[in-house]
Parts: sequence; C-alpha cells; structure tokens
Amino acid sequence: MTDLQKRALLRLAALSAVAAAALVGCGKKVEVAPAPVPAAAAPAKAEPLKIAFAYVGPVGDGGWTYAHDNGRKAVEKEFGDKVVTSFVEKVPESADAERVIRDMAGQGNMLIFGTTFGYMEPMLKVAADLKNVKFEHATGYKTAANLRTYDSRTYEGAYMAGVIAGKMSKTGTLGVVGSVPIPEVVRNINSFTLGAQSVNPAIKTKVVWVNEWFNPPKETEAATALINGGADVLFQNTDSSAVLQTAEKMGKRAFGWDSDMTAYGPKAHLASAVINWGPYYVKAVGEALDGKWTGATSAWWGVKEGAIDLVSMAADVPDETKKRVDEVKAGLKDGSFSIWKGPIMDNTGKVLLAKDAVADDKFLGGLKTYVKGVEGKVPGG
Amino acid sequence: MDSMALLLASTLSAGTVLAIASLGLLINEKSGIVNLGAEGMMLCAAIAGFATVIHTGNTWLGFAAGMAAGACLAAIFGVLVIWLGTNQYATGLALTLFGAGFSAFAGIRYVQEKLPEQTLYPIPVLADLPFIGPALFRQHPMVYIAMALTAGLVWFLYRTRAGLVLRSVGESPESAHALGYPVRRIRLAAVVAGGALCGLAGAYVSLVYTPLWVEGMIAGKGWIALALTTFATWRPARVLLGAYLFGGVTMLQFHLQGLGVNVPTQLLSMLPYLATIVVLVLISRNPLWIRVNMPTSIGKPFHPGA
Amino acid sequence: MKLEMRPQPSSFWAYASPVLALLVTVAIGIGLFMALGKDPVKGLQVFFWEPIKSPYALGELLVKATPLLIIALGLAVCFRSNVWNIGAEGQFVIGALAAGGVALLADKTTGPWIVPAILAAGVGGGMAWAGITAWLRDRFNANEILVSLMLVYVADLILNFMVFGPWKDPAGYNFPQTRTFDAVTQIPRLMPGSRVTIGIVLALAGVGALWLYLYRTYAGFAQEVSGVAPAASRYAGFSSRRALWVALLVSGGAAGLAGALEVAGPIGQLTPYVPAGYGFAAIIVAFVGRLHPVGVVFAAILMSMFYIGGELAQSRLGLPKSITGVFQGLLLFNLLACDTLIAYRFRLFKPLSLSSQGAR
Repeated sequence: MTDLQKRALLRLAALSAVAAAALVGCGKKVEVAPAPVPAAAAPAKAEPLKIAFAYVGPVGDGGWTYAHDNGRKAVEKEFGDKVVTSFVEKVPESADAERVIRDMAGQGNMLIFGTTFGYMEPMLKVAADLKNVKFEHATGYKTAANLRTYDSRTYEGAYMAGVIAGKMSKTGTLGVVGSVPIPEVVRNINSFTLGAQSVNPAIKTKVVWVNEWFNPPKETEAATALINGGADVLFQNTDSSAVLQTAEKMGKRAFGWDSDMTAYGPKAHLASAVINWGPYYVKAVGEALDGKWTGATSAWWGVKEGAIDLVSMAADVPDETKKRVDEVKAGLKDGSFSIWKGPIMDNTGKVLLAKDAVADDKFLGGLKTYVKGVEGKVPGG
Repeated sequence: MDSMALLLASTLSAGTVLAIASLGLLINEKSGIVNLGAEGMMLCAAIAGFATVIHTGNTWLGFAAGMAAGACLAAIFGVLVIWLGTNQYATGLALTLFGAGFSAFAGIRYVQEKLPEQTLYPIPVLADLPFIGPALFRQHPMVYIAMALTAGLVWFLYRTRAGLVLRSVGESPESAHALGYPVRRIRLAAVVAGGALCGLAGAYVSLVYTPLWVEGMIAGKGWIALALTTFATWRPARVLLGAYLFGGVTMLQFHLQGLGVNVPTQLLSMLPYLATIVVLVLISRNPLWIRVNMPTSIGKPFHPGA
Repeated sequence: MKLEMRPQPSSFWAYASPVLALLVTVAIGIGLFMALGKDPVKGLQVFFWEPIKSPYALGELLVKATPLLIIALGLAVCFRSNVWNIGAEGQFVIGALAAGGVALLADKTTGPWIVPAILAAGVGGGMAWAGITAWLRDRFNANEILVSLMLVYVADLILNFMVFGPWKDPAGYNFPQTRTFDAVTQIPRLMPGSRVTIGIVLALAGVGALWLYLYRTYAGFAQEVSGVAPAASRYAGFSSRRALWVALLVSGGAAGLAGALEVAGPIGQLTPYVPAGYGFAAIIVAFVGRLHPVGVVFAAILMSMFYIGGELAQSRLGLPKSITGVFQGLLLFNLLACDTLIAYRFRLFKPLSLSSQGAR
C-alpha cells in the first residue's frame, strides 16, 4: 500500500470517528447544553441558587472532605429548594482544577467553594474572568473582589485534645503525625503541646512528617515510629484514620481528626477534634441569597462560631479533665480564654510571646517554629 | 534498646509486603516474563480481600480472595502475552492502569468501612524473650509465611526438577521447547503463581498493614517490588533481605525524625531506587555476570514453531 | 478455533485494529453505564461529545492533549528503535524542574527571550535525564526499562525536595510550592479565552518533523532498521549505539519539552503535583497510535477525551472519577488483543494436512 493510500485510509478512519461523535452529539438533545460562558445577568429570584463544591479528596475519606460534604448537606437542609448543590470530588491541585472550576461556573453555579489550599491560583484565574460568580476558598490567603477565603481555628481543637493528652499520657511523651509543615499544622502541633503542658508542664512532643495530607500506609509507618520512640498518646494532622488504627493495634491512645473517628479505634480513641463547616456554609449561602455577599475578606471561625468542637470524649477520661475541657470551650466561646497568651517560648529559648501578651491572628498565621517541649526543628522553616 | 527492637519489628512487617510481591514477580521473571502490572494486581487484590472480610468476617478468606484476584488478572495478562504475543511491557502497563481504575471504582462503597478487630498472634514463650522477643516473635503470621515462602522457593527452584524446568524455560525457551516441554503452559503457570503472590501481598496491605481501604493505597509498593527483584539478582533469599532493607529505609526515616534528626526525607526515600540502579549496573556490565544472574529470555516473546 | 500466523502482516488490520479496539471499549463502556443505572447515550455524550462541542471545550482538549502528543512522538521514535523508555514521566519532571528553574530567574524586567530559554531548559533537562539511562545502557548494558523506571521515582523526589526546600516561595507561608512565575514567562497563548498555548503548534510541527524523519530521511530509516533487525543493521553499517542514544535523547527531550510547556503554561509554578502521569499515559498513546506520527495525534486526542470525559462524568452523571482509568486500561488491553489480528488470523477448523507434513 502506498503512502497515499495509507493516508487516505487514515483520513477515512478519522472522518468516521468524528462522524460517530457528531451522531452521538446530535442524538440526544433533551438536555440543553449550557453555554460555556455564563450569562451576565444574576439568576432570577424564583430560581434556586446553584452552588458547587470542589473537593480534593473522596467524600468517603472520613476526614477532611467528609467534613466539607457534611457542611454541604447542612446547607441543603437549611435552605431546601432555594438552593441546588453539586460537587466534584478528587479534583487534583493542579492545572486540572482550573478546568473543573471553570466548568462549574459554566454549568450555572453562581457560588463555588474550593476546599483546599492548592485551588488558590486556579480560582483566582477563573474569578478574574468571571466577575459575577462568587468564589469561596478554604485555607488560602489571596482574595479578590469576588473571591474570599475562610478557614477554621483547628488549633482550638488541638489545644483541647492536648489537655486530655497531657493527662492520659503515662510516659510523658506525645507523638504527632504531621502532614505538610505549613503554619497551620505547626500551629496545631504547638497548641496541642500547650494544652498538654497546662496539665503536665513536663510533657514532651515528638513530630514525624509524612509530607502528604493523605497516605494511610505512610501514616501507619509514621505512627509506628512514634510509638517505637516512646510516645503513648498520638495526635495527627493528616486526613485518614490510619494513625488511630495503628494506636489501637499497638495498645496506645490517639485522637480523631477532622471528623468523629471513634468507630475506627474504639479502645484507643480519646476524643475527636472535628470541624463543622455547616455553620459557615449556611452563613455564606444565606448572604449570597440575600444579596449581602461581599468578597475580599477572610473569615476564621472557631469554637465561638460553632465551627470547631471536641467530641466523643472517652469514658476513662477523668471527670476533672472533662470539666477542664468544657471550661476551655466555654472560655473560647465567650472570649474570656486565650490559648495563645504569654509567656510562651520557642524550643530554642527565644521568647515568642511576652507575659500576658495575647497573640493576634497575624502572629498565629505566620507561626514557623515549635514551642518549648516540642522536639526538633520545623523542616524547611 | 527497646526502641531498636521495635524498629526491627516494624521493619519486618514493612518488608513482608515487598517480599511476598517480589517473590511472585521473581517466579514470573524466572520464566522469562516481566509483568509490569504488579501495582494493578496488588490494588485489585487489596480491595478484593477487604471486601471479602467486610462481608464474611474471615481474614483468611480475605487473603484467599486477594490471591484469586491477583491470579485472575495475571491469567489475562498471561494469555495476552504468551498466546497472543502482545508486547509484555505495554500489556503490563495496561494492567496497572486498569487495575488502579477498577479497584478505585469497585472500592467506592468500602471507603469508610472498618474491619473487625484483629487478633494478635504472639508466639508463647518466645515472645517474652528480651529484645528478640518483641523484635521477632510478635508478628502477624504473614511475616513468617513470607520467610517460609522464601525458603520454599529456594528449595523449589534449586532442588526440584520442576524448578529446573522453570529456570530453563527462562534461560532458553527454544531449547526447552526442543526438549518437549510445554513452554507456554509453564510460563502461564509461572505468571499465574506470580500473580497470586502479588495478590497475597496486596491483601496483606489492606487487611493487616493498614486495615482500611482507600484508592491507590498500594502507593508504589508494586513498582518497588519490581525493582527489588532486580536488586536481588533474581535470588529468593536476597529478595527477602532486600525487602527488609527497603522496608527498613522508610521506617528508619521516620524513626530518625522522631529522634529529632533532620534528614531531608526525600533523600532517604531515594535510596532504594538508587541502590537498585547501582546493582543493575554492577550485574550488567560483565556479560558473564548477566548470564549467571538474569534469566536470559526475559522480556522476549516466544513462539513455538514460529 | 486456532490462531494461525499469516504469511505476511495484514495491513488492513494495522489500521483497523485501533478502531476495533475503540469500538470494543465503547461497547464495554455502554454495558458498564447500564449496569450502573446510567443512561448509556448520555454517558457516550459526556466522553465523546462534550469535550469537543464548543471552542472552549476544544481548547481544553488540546491543552490536555499537547503534553501527551509531544511525549508520545518522542516515544514513537524510541519504541520503533526497540528501546523501551518507560521513564518518560521522570524526564517530564526533570524538564519541568529545569524549566521552572529558568522561569524563577525572571523578574519584572526580563524580556520575552526567557520563553525560548525556558523551553530549551526543559528539553535539555529531559535529555540529560534520559541520557543517564542511555549511558548506563551503552556503557554497562543495564536494562533501560528498569533504569528509566527507577529514575522516575528519583526525579519525583528531587522535585519534592526542591519545592519543599531551596525553591520554596519565601512569601508562601511555608507551603511546598515555588512562587508563581512572572507573567513574562508565560508560554504565549494561541487565542484569548482559551488556555491553548503555542505548545500545540510545536506538537504539530513535531508530527510533521517525525513523519519526514521516519519516512523520508536516511537517518530515520537507519534508526528504524536498527530497532527492527539489529543484526541486519549492523551488517549494513548502521550504528546501534547511535540509534540508542538518538532514541533516548529524542524521547527525553520531547518529554522535557512537554514538562516545560506544562509548568510555564497552565500551571505557572512548580508544585509537588507537577507529575501528572502523562509520561505513562503517553506510552499508551504511542501504542494506540501505532507509533505513527499521525496516528499518535488521534490517540492523544482520544486519551484526552477520556480524561476530560471522566471529569465531566462526575458532575454530569455522578460517576466516579476512577472510571477514566478503567477505560484507558481497557482501551490498551483491547488494542493489544486486536493487534494480534495483524500477525495472526483465526481459523475455525484445522486446515487439511497438505502443509503440515512433508513440504516445509
């Protein structure tokens, strides 16, 4: 067969493929395909508000994404048929995210939630192009006129867990499986330690980093290494239940993170530091529905607003400790208690907070070193 | 001292996964077939085992299911490669891709499930010995099975007729064929056996090592097992030791962190791969060494009467 | 039923085999959709119509297809020479890393000359990484499959190290990523409103170049013969060593170029998520495209449809994302199976004994 004939055959094959695609495309016109560029007009009053959520993990992860999806369900429950929600899970933090978010806007969603840091640049790009769509970005730090950020004060949950850990540890050594060494996680490790030290000033914390948010086998290995190194109460900032399950297997104690993880380690479970995204999501959607939504702000919600809680405390936690945790909760709710109140030193002896000084959000947002009692140095910090 | 014992114990556990998978791949490669689909087989086996235990509550059934899943996929691979003569590397890659997607797909409803409580099997008396007790004798039976498997494979390959035939098929399928051996059937048997072992390793991950299911949970261990077979120059005993070495590197990395030593984790993680390359270079540069160590017909298709 | 070797490879099936494989995959797909309770026609629409139905969608398709195409072109050269470069993913990453390094040098005062510099760095990085494999095979006879595969992991870890350490954005709150590259480093886009860059032009140019090289130049001919019949090629005086190096350097350079285009294009910075599996997917693209420059174009578009369709299937049909991997794997399986028809045919009955004994 000559080259000419070969090319002809290939062209034929290509044409038939395109024809087939076109046939399929023409086949079903029941659903009117929405235009890729959304209409400039705001949705009519009677039409439900379309809201979309982009998740980095699977909704069944029992951790971070699961908590966000619960928030989405709370919105549905609160607003009924005034809203229509949808989600796309396992959207990678890469160039693909931009396409997915743009597609969400193209589908008519006017309020879009991006639930992980890595969506920051893609969301900014889409927000710049589609100025009438509202964007909410979790855990980020860049905003725009139609994009604002929100986050939760996970460190408050970490502190309360620390109070229990400090009491329940027999060896005086705590272990933390860290995910990625960003300020949020460093802050959580520090708050956990501060909480433990409020009960047992001699407590020590060891940290092992897996450099990922979600990797159960690695989390298992990290937890094992911590236990082997003498820690008998574990804490985590990673998103699976592997750490708790390892503790269960090895007869130590641990905490749940992001969601209630009691079922994964009934004997080992001490308490779960959970995030309730429901209250914030309901507020944001309410503002969007009432036309009161404004961008370029950063919300940081904690126990006070109902976003953070420590739940399912184990039966063998002494009553006085449970009482202490409730006191802390109440104090955080009415503003009378501050976790980050001086004197606080870092683990090289430098003073981070002077006596009686209370840390502001800026200080908390830029934490890069460990407090006294935490061993080692923050990697790359 | 105590923490050293525990480190050793966790190393054995971590290495078991790699050892079992790698032994399976070794059987494959001894017959001349390279199955790049290890990762896919292990993933499917992991979900098969997990689902089975969720529904039946029996861990050993779970292991069996894992082995069956691995064997099935390997059989498909084997038929394609051995009888239809498809390219081994491409077919193996297709298997990995398919296995990853299919296991994720099938496993969706199992993501938040929890396995029943695991029974521990400390060996009486021996488990209480100082140091070696906690180090060696408080493991899951699969760790000991891996060791037994290694010994069994050494015996099979080098002391039995069947093992000799397998090795000769790997060295020179044409000669074996001329001698009247059913080369293709032997290769298929090797591929299926290898797949079953990869499946066993995969089930071990989701049932014992990290008893939950998430997609992609094998996280590259299949590829490391492939490297390990080469690193160990296709000898079972070396595979076992290499597996502990590779497994140990990960545990060591975390252990060092816990001690406050700030080693760049990525550098430590690279070691198994770099070590494999070094070994590969060492055994390949001397043509005699290659002949002694690597099954000659590896990767080459065989067509009787072609 | 028996498989019988054809007297010579069937050229009909050489072209029909991918089409048949696609049809079988689609058929299985329809079955899968129905088994999951989804409308199969809608399912097919999501995979084959939605990704091409609007200029924006087409643009996104091309954005996804460009790296696949470029890498697959390089791999086509490699595989035709019987050099099995499985490590294109690693070469992609190192190319991206090198390109990112050059991009980080840019600031507000840098001129547009930086763009070719970035691309050149990408090509260079990929070539250097593939060169390691080539050297180890050339000098030590080390199996290039395993070496290139191991180097993928090493490359990933190097990227990780740089992004967590020396190249981390100092103003980035300790997140593992470099700062976003200056606007001047952006690969020029083809048209506003779409993310398609001139990368696709480079890719198509590559298609033309490869076609010319393979079918119209002596060097290309030599390259291919050394792959198909090494003994004959040695007899004819073609250097198999040169063929090895050319194969690996070309495929490494191509993968590195794709990495540079991704990093200075849609991504705009270096993150740990740069390795997206394109290096491995491109192997499938190369095979489905029959290692032919034009075939690879269609294969790349097809694979991209699967990727994008899988994403859309989530939001439109509620199907899990893992379905993409299932389809891609199935496609390759089917292709490999259908390829047998090129060399063999099925016989229902054993042919009469005329040929089986005596006259051979």
